[in-house]
Amino acid sequence: MELILALAIGVLVGSGVWLLMRPRSYQVIVGLCLLAYGVNLFIFAMGRLYVGAAPIMPKGGFVDPTAYADPLPQALVLTAIVISFATTALFLVLMIASRGATGTDHVDGKERQS
Amino acid sequence: MVEQNLLLMLVLTPFVSAALAATLPIRARNAEAWLAGLTMIVSLVILGVLYPAVAGGENITGTVYWVSSIGLDLTFRIDGFSWLFMVLVAGIGFLVILYARYYMSPDDPAPRLYSSLLAFCGAMSGLLLSGNIIMLVVFWELTSIVSFLLIGYWFQRQDARDGARMSLIVTASGGLCLMVAMILLGQIAGSYDLDAVLAAGAKITGHRLYPVVLILFVLGAFTKSAQFPFHFWLPNAMAAPTPVSAYLHSATMVKAGVFVLLRFHPALGGTDLWFQIVTGIGLTTLLLGAVVALFRHDLKGLLAYSTISHLGLITALAGIGTPFALVAAVFHIVNHAVFKASLFMAAGIIDHETGTRDMRRLSGLARAMPVTAALAIIASGAMAGVPLLNGFLSKEMFFEATYVWNNGGSLDSFAPIVAVVAGAFSAAYSLRFIVTVFFGPPATDLPQEPHEPPLLMRLPVAILVAICLAVGMFPQQVLGTWLQTASLAVVGPDLPRFSLKIWHGINAPLVMSMIAMGLGALIYLLPRRLIDSGEDGTRLLRRLDFARGFDWLLQSLTIRLPRLALRVLSTAGLQAQLRVQVLLALAGAWFVLRRLDWNVPMPQIGASELVFALLWLVGGTCAVGAAWQAKYHRFAALVLMGGAGLVTCATFVWLSAPDLAVTQLLVEIATTALLLLGLRWLPKRDQEIPGDQSFVSRSRRARDLLIAVACGTGMTALALAVLLTAPGASVGDWFLRNAYVEGGGTNVVNVILVDFRAFDTFGEITVLATVGLTVYALLRRFRPAPESVERPRPQLDAEEQALEAYLFVPSVLMQWLFAPIIALAAYLFLRGHDLPGGGFAAGVTLAIGLLLQYVAANVRWVEARIVVLPVRWMAAGLTIAAAVGAGSWIFGYPFLSAHARYLDLPLIGQVPFSTAMLFDFGVFALVLGAIVLMLIAIAHQSLRVAPRARPAEPKEETA
Repeated sequence: MELILALAIGVLVGSGVWLLMRPRSYQVIVGLCLLAYGVNLFIFAMGRLYVGAAPIMPKGGFVDPTAYADPLPQALVLTAIVISFATTALFLVLMIASRGATGTDHVDGKERQS
Repeated sequence: MVEQNLLLMLVLTPFVSAALAATLPIRARNAEAWLAGLTMIVSLVILGVLYPAVAGGENITGTVYWVSSIGLDLTFRIDGFSWLFMVLVAGIGFLVILYARYYMSPDDPAPRLYSSLLAFCGAMSGLLLSGNIIMLVVFWELTSIVSFLLIGYWFQRQDARDGARMSLIVTASGGLCLMVAMILLGQIAGSYDLDAVLAAGAKITGHRLYPVVLILFVLGAFTKSAQFPFHFWLPNAMAAPTPVSAYLHSATMVKAGVFVLLRFHPALGGTDLWFQIVTGIGLTTLLLGAVVALFRHDLKGLLAYSTISHLGLITALAGIGTPFALVAAVFHIVNHAVFKASLFMAAGIIDHETGTRDMRRLSGLARAMPVTAALAIIASGAMAGVPLLNGFLSKEMFFEATYVWNNGGSLDSFAPIVAVVAGAFSAAYSLRFIVTVFFGPPATDLPQEPHEPPLLMRLPVAILVAICLAVGMFPQQVLGTWLQTASLAVVGPDLPRFSLKIWHGINAPLVMSMIAMGLGALIYLLPRRLIDSGEDGTRLLRRLDFARGFDWLLQSLTIRLPRLALRVLSTAGLQAQLRVQVLLALAGAWFVLRRLDWNVPMPQIGASELVFALLWLVGGTCAVGAAWQAKYHRFAALVLMGGAGLVTCATFVWLSAPDLAVTQLLVEIATTALLLLGLRWLPKRDQEIPGDQSFVSRSRRARDLLIAVACGTGMTALALAVLLTAPGASVGDWFLRNAYVEGGGTNVVNVILVDFRAFDTFGEITVLATVGLTVYALLRRFRPAPESVERPRPQLDAEEQALEAYLFVPSVLMQWLFAPIIALAAYLFLRGHDLPGGGFAAGVTLAIGLLLQYVAANVRWVEARIVVLPVRWMAAGLTIAAAVGAGSWIFGYPFLSAHARYLDLPLIGQVPFSTAMLFDFGVFALVLGAIVLMLIAIAHQSLRVAPRARPAEPKEETA
């Protein structure tokens, strides 16, 4: 399980990084989204993996923490998901605004000369 | 207690008045002057009430507790020394305000001048009265900033702007040095309390960091008090209006430096290093200022250099540091403030009435303005140190201090000579001022016909000159007790008995004085013509132009160096920058990971692992596919990316994180919709980009592929390294144990978000709101590329009727689904505290529901039927969240403390209720508003740019 998830994170991050360094802004957006998946999974994995652990506690009293999934990485990732949506939206708008202003979708606002 | 409150009032009143003054009408000169004048009188009255409490050498302390945990409290204390200084600040402040009322032209905006002057008075009071050394630095920097505003008062003039900037940079940088010195002092003494620091003198001077502290400290004091080599800012600050110069640059602000030198003498003084640095620099400045002053033709320039010279004198006395020298220093601070302020005002009157300050043009003014002339002549006499005037007494004391002083160094035999020579030059420039300006033939080419100024403009000068005379003739009666009180606070209880007398008999100081006076007359009168008509300043001193050096330094540091760095270190291309970032991250990870020993156990292959592996086979393929197709097949890439997202979502379900799965799924939908909306505005990509298959492009891609593969591998290794180590004790355990007991909810993730770490969430929704507004603002000015303005091809090809019927069945379904989606959002929200869901999920859900309506019909149709006000929703959300947080203050709890309980509702049963749910509602409203705002702002673009000729058509947002 651990190995599979680690490989999955690697594939997501690898694809994301490759796209991040591409010249077209749309590629960079897709890259950022893929990178976000990878990073979110990575943060989530910091709490270790619990297959079939109860996420919700019964009412009342103290509980044994080992029987439950670690809630902290989940809380972190929950906010990270929303924030990555916000950055995607911001970048998308920048992309179409820059395309409107410069007439190209190259990340530098002009086509490569060479 | 009354005294403590008065003390706080003393600092606060000027600031309150400054705020008031700033709001008065621009022409309300009289109202401003009354307000400011009364403020100064209030300060003087308070000081009068406080005097008995400080008279015996005690001090009063009043504290407003602020950040006590790091030793930062608003402590104010007053003792005899700061009391005397405060009297100067408020008293001369009052006279300056009276003077400014007549000096400033009716066209000058009054509120800016008076509110700055009052704010300066407040900052200066804070600086003098601070009982906490960090707060002292804060007020110190505040005086620099306000002084910047005052020097640049006539900001339309280039010299005012330059002078203001120079003084700000020099004094504020010095202030930063002082701050470091104060932090070190506080660390060494163990407290930031002024009294504690002053009491820790032996500990500080014995500490190994003492030289560092001392140098930083004197850098602060010397920059403020215009000591060599930082003196150059003061002459350049003369571009300020004369009342400002009279107040800041003679009486108060420049004295702040010598104030701290004297104040911290018990803590830092008394060592050999202190003697060498402070006395050395003081004597240098004394001599340099006096010599340069003689050669200046500008009246205010002469006075500025004279001020530098006198500040050097006080600094030298602080450096000598014997009780007698310290008393002399305090005495000279008062005397210099009085005569120099009056001289500045007199120079201002001359400038005001004749239209020039150039001594080569002024002449014979004694006939046109006899009263002003008499006053100015007396004040110059005090500056020169003529007997029966106050300047004479403190200068005598200075001569005596240098003469008596003997610590065996080389400086001490040198000091009396420097003192006499500087005294001679001082007499020379005073004489020059009197002779050239007031005597001789009447000037012929003055811009205005000179005559006496209004009586009230002359009054402040007259009062100050009267003080010069009174102190000069009856020193003990006029100033004796106050000086005694002030010196007691500086020197401490072992203050020697001293008596201010005019006549001590014929002794060394008197002889030195006489030599200086005689020499001074010779220095000026013999080469008089040369000096009067010569160039401004001597040749040597023009060479040593520190101001030009400063400009050069500024130019290098702020323009040339950054440009060089930009050229050498930077590139304009985003790709190269990102590549460097990625490589740096890679290198960092490599540095950490290469030391691990890898012990990967053989994976157990069970049925569930197999399914999971298959799941990620799909997910990984989707990710790689998206990366591969994103250039030419954007839509396909979008679908593939969504596939990877769904697999991520499934992984969250699998690994016991239902909350994440819900949010990921919903955000996935919103992201896809968003990107779909954006696709329309991108250029067509149905042909290959020129040169895309060239060798250069291919090799570039190959290089990036290599980097990407390395990153992916590294990330796998990193994840594996973490996952294979056993978890330690996690803070998550604490949350699990206490979520129900403390937070009243069984969904720990939600309890963390809205209760335990609610402040983080609060910050995060603020970010979301900011992004929403930014998107909105960016799109308001959006101009699409011309070829995107046309309607999308499917719409152009379709018949009119086909467009009407476009997606007919799905759109009816979407409209029907609106109510269920609202219900779902409500359900997700309400169960959030106990079961997966919550404000985030509910907000995104409802936003998607609204979005579906936009897709189903068109923008106008939807907005005619539903009130869509995303900005208000966001504002309401943020306000609710903040209000809930602040509500806990009412009950005496910290910000965002939550209260939780279960409510028994009839029919429904037990319902969890917590103030955290109100907070969650704020989160809900904000998330809803932000997402709707972003989506709709993009959706609206089609409306703005669609051809106007065909109205009221469905304009679906299709890719």
